[in-house]
Amino acid sequence: MTDIATYNFAYLDEQTKRMIRRAILKGIAIPGYQVPFASREMPMPYGWGTGGVQVTASIIGPDDVLKVIDQGADDTTNAVSIRAFFKKVARVEVTTETAKATIIQTRHRIPEHPLNAGQVLVFQVPIPEPLRFLEPRETETRKMHALEEYGLMHVKLYEDIAKHGRIATTYAYPVKVEGRYVMDPSPTPKFDNPKMHRSPALQLFGAGREKRIYAVPPFTDVVSLDFEDHPFEVQAFDQPCALCGAENVYLDEVILDDRGGHMFVCSDTDHCEKRRADSTSPSWGGRAEGAGGGIGQSSLSTPTPALRADPPHKGEGKEAK
Amino acid sequence: MTDEPLLRVSALSKFYGSRVGCENVTFDLWPGEVLAVVGESGSGKTTLLNCLSTRLLPSSGTASYRMRDGQWRELYRMSEAERRFLMRTDWGFVHQNPADGLRMTVSAGANVGERLMAVGDRHYGRIRATAVDWLSRVEIDEDRIDDEPRAFSGGMRQRLQIARNLVTGPRLVFMDEPTGGLDVSVQARLLDLLRGLVTDLGLAAIVVTHDLAVARLLSQRMMVMKDGRVVESGLTDRVLDDPRAPYTQLLVSSILQV
Repeated sequence: MTDIATYNFAYLDEQTKRMIRRAILKGIAIPGYQVPFASREMPMPYGWGTGGVQVTASIIGPDDVLKVIDQGADDTTNAVSIRAFFKKVARVEVTTETAKATIIQTRHRIPEHPLNAGQVLVFQVPIPEPLRFLEPRETETRKMHALEEYGLMHVKLYEDIAKHGRIATTYAYPVKVEGRYVMDPSPTPKFDNPKMHRSPALQLFGAGREKRIYAVPPFTDVVSLDFEDHPFEVQAFDQPCALCGAENVYLDEVILDDRGGHMFVCSDTDHCEKRRADSTSPSWGGRAEGAGGGIGQSSLSTPTPALRADPPHKGEGKEAK
Repeated sequence: MTDEPLLRVSALSKFYGSRVGCENVTFDLWPGEVLAVVGESGSGKTTLLNCLSTRLLPSSGTASYRMRDGQWRELYRMSEAERRFLMRTDWGFVHQNPADGLRMTVSAGANVGERLMAVGDRHYGRIRATAVDWLSRVEIDEDRIDDEPRAFSGGMRQRLQIARNLVTGPRLVFMDEPTGGLDVSVQARLLDLLRGLVTDLGLAAIVVTHDLAVARLLSQRMMVMKDGRVVESGLTDRVLDDPRAPYTQLLVSSILQV
């Protein structure tokens, strides 16, 4: 085992943390603006959250409680590894409970449980530039941000409607922050976009490979771009979570077998487990029979082979509307 | 007709190091007037056009433009934001190679609609209707609206580029060899179209070309350039029928007679 003494607190050296904090402060001062920073090599490959980890390492203190989610789940490789990393290098308390955490590092989801003032949400961002695929020149996109030339962003949405009859962008849906900068909310589903709007929590975004940090301070306007005659709307699911019966949450499709069996379950595992543990609550009881089917309410965080014989919702509508 | 020009250019020079791009160019352009700039390649035509359209900054000289509100603004003193706004609202720039002026990976409709969205139109139905209207004006079938320009022929691309530029109703259009690289029958139709649009919309245009026939068809006035300097200017018919400068005489007599 590596001894903690061989690392500085939270892995990064103090000078680096200072540099990153400076970038974060600038990002908070200019909501949605991408601040360049001297991204460091981290003991993980690019694309695994090097930006998010650096931001977390710079803001974490010994009293913080850390939660890490990957696509909403606390128990996937990325989330488990990063949690273990900070447990080792910062000796902080870790949790899977959204309400208990002071820092939540996330890859591609915002927890269903409402965030509070004082909490910090750290996003891992692969490509911070929302205009990248429309205008590949970084010199040009920076100028476009500077001059607030965002017509091109709507060209993309126009193309969606022309091709699919509606705005088909479902993740990394561009938003305008505080009426000024157009920002990529990282590849979160657009379902989560409204949660960013005037959120009481501080939202920080770190892109390690692209060396950019940006931020949305608490209670900041975050408006999803749209057309007057094709307004922004989030996905609606035509069935509740198959495990906990939750409605109006983001669901993942889980394939159960090779015969078309599948089920939709909460993408936020903590939210789902909480609801099932609290199964006596009236809201759960009402939905249980329709949604949960014959599934025991014990603790099914992942589908077991037992489910395969009789998957819930077999043959029902496949996808979200 | 107003008695005030649209664009006033005075002693404009552009040097690339010690080399001359264009030197001491002075002229006025009136609303609705088409000015042709002719000369052989390397004579400074394109440098002049790029300076006027503020894609390049000149080494010395001034150019003033009369804005829609009647105010005269000096082009090279405007902020970049203002220049770019002017560029996508009141001006147009038609490139010789349509790929330079179009977004090749988005549909024809979006190409036409981009300027509208850039100036704040946020109504999909209205943008699309305008795009349909403009495509028909430049003789592109409505059912090609969702095709990418990559699937278009050279002539169609050039017409699409023209539609994209004219959709915001500009008052001044810069054209750099608009018919270059097209075969003659396509050229003829394009010229016909351009002539119609220019007269219908009362556009002022500065057309750079090495093709004297294009200049004769499109323009009322022309400037002949050689080694960065204007060697002769005047009404197009006068210059072509009665060239005075020796270089112009050479140029006119070099036209191949079929």
